[in-house]
Amino acid sequence: MEELHLPPIDYAAIAPLLLVFGAGCVGVLVEAFVPRAWRYRVQVPLLLAGLVAALIALISVADKRVSTAGGALAIDGPALFLQGGLVALGIVSVLLIAERRVERGGAFVAQASVVAGTDSDRRQSSQPGATEVYPLTAFALGGMMLFCAANDLVTMFVALEVFSLPLYLLCALARRRRLLSQEASVKYFLLGAFSSAFFLYGVALLYGFAGTMSFTGLREAAAEAGSEDTLLFLGIAMLSVGLLFKAAMVPFHVWTPDVYQGAPTPVTGMMAACTKLAAFGGILRVFTVGFADINLDWEPILIAVAIATMLVGAVMAVTQTDIKRLLAYSSIANAGYVFTGVLALSEEGVAGTMFYLVAYGFTVLAAFAVVTLVRDADGEATHLSRWAGLGRRSPLFAGLFTVLMLAFAGIPLTSGFTSKFAVFSAALGADQVTLVIVGLISSAVLAFPYLRVVVLMYLSEPAEDTPTVSLPGVFTSLALVIGLVATIGLGVVPGPVLELAEQASSFIG
Amino acid sequence: MTPTYYLVLSAALFTIGAVGVLIRRNAIVVFMCVELMLNAVNLSLVTFSRTTGTLDGQIMAFFVMVVAAAEVVIGLAIIMSIYRTRRSASVDDANLLKY
Repeated sequence: MEELHLPPIDYAAIAPLLLVFGAGCVGVLVEAFVPRAWRYRVQVPLLLAGLVAALIALISVADKRVSTAGGALAIDGPALFLQGGLVALGIVSVLLIAERRVERGGAFVAQASVVAGTDSDRRQSSQPGATEVYPLTAFALGGMMLFCAANDLVTMFVALEVFSLPLYLLCALARRRRLLSQEASVKYFLLGAFSSAFFLYGVALLYGFAGTMSFTGLREAAAEAGSEDTLLFLGIAMLSVGLLFKAAMVPFHVWTPDVYQGAPTPVTGMMAACTKLAAFGGILRVFTVGFADINLDWEPILIAVAIATMLVGAVMAVTQTDIKRLLAYSSIANAGYVFTGVLALSEEGVAGTMFYLVAYGFTVLAAFAVVTLVRDADGEATHLSRWAGLGRRSPLFAGLFTVLMLAFAGIPLTSGFTSKFAVFSAALGADQVTLVIVGLISSAVLAFPYLRVVVLMYLSEPAEDTPTVSLPGVFTSLALVIGLVATIGLGVVPGPVLELAEQASSFIG
Repeated sequence: MTPTYYLVLSAALFTIGAVGVLIRRNAIVVFMCVELMLNAVNLSLVTFSRTTGTLDGQIMAFFVMVVAAAEVVIGLAIIMSIYRTRRSASVDDANLLKY
């Protein structure tokens, strides 16, 4: 009988992951043992401390380039950069999730198991929200960090589920409009489980093809394969379905607007920023490390997917009347722009993609932070017609939202411009002229709905029932300031972060 | 042993599951079809483990079982909460979010 040897593990390199998962585990214990009244005051500092500690750990291992845990995890440049981005965006998301001033008790329901619309549901409407959301958020963020570093298909599948399962639950926990929230959750869950089944079948086929699960092994096997290897190409196709679903690319985008609209707004912000970043982290690794050598076989299909994503996202955004749905379609179109950077299949493309994801994440989080503030008696007023005249009522927040919309539209001196420039120039460098042209057309179309919101806020008279902009609490203010500073800072002086992304743009393995 | 039979059976089960997800209305049945798909994949994994002579596939099958169990817990929690509110588990009834 052969003796089993445990693979050596570089604990310093995976310390950030361990810290975030540790914060989640301690959070579960807090839920079990700390009295209800104290939980909020323990959970929020705990999770924030865990994330800040993870950020410090990431900075201290920033020069590491190792493959550890028997090759299951690759702590290389892109993994570290994306994990850093995830933790930073995660901190901002947690600030939004932890806000309890704007709505008394926070955006989350006290007890999700209470049937919506009953007497006991009305009684719990004034109680403080559930604190289970903090450990759930920690596990989701930890799973995303793991997903970016996964260097074989087993780890990638487990990480995919670890970050998806808490998100399904978080979607269902809205305090107001609970029916919408539950519906969003059930749709997200059923479609998410469906897509991960496809992902898994892809994993099985690729394993059958190569006899190994590691991306390095897959690349070596793929390089020797003929162009008629069914297992390989069916496997890549199935795997792509799962990945493109998580990144919300056309034709796997249909869940996005419903889920973004129904989920509690802080969770929507986290999905738009962090989930998107993690999904593209996985896509980058699969296609750059695993299948870059046989790109001629799959690239045409994915170029078509990118073009469809950019066009459908932009055109559908024009017709929306709800701000959260508008931002959802805009995030679909943005996934298309990010994908042009991936399809460049160069280090420049990797750097541009990573920069785009971080820059877009901060802007979209700030935008959703503003959405949480515009409220009337029924909670958030998300219908666009209700936003008419908001510029006269609260010039400060309308001005802030205008800056964010201009950043989305890609106006120079905002991060939207620099990040689009980064991915499109990388795509041009790889001779993907069609993609760049479609990207520019789509950006022009997409500018229309953004500017329409701006015009609506300033040029319409405020009506009697125009909602008010609530004064943000400390947490939301902080999130807004961070998002805004990042949006303008990455537009005016993108140099340092862009340089960091370039230094971190080569995969190992 | 002919691995092809097992792979064909696995593909057939996966397809039955996928078609079930698309045409069935009851959320519980839809969810059971997803589980069928996951288990069809397990059969493939174990077969490939045999054909390639490596253990990775069998290990992966264990991971899939654990993940599927976790998914059942979460899925049933979500479906239960929506059922108790609406008195129906039909996916067609959840139609507040559209366009």
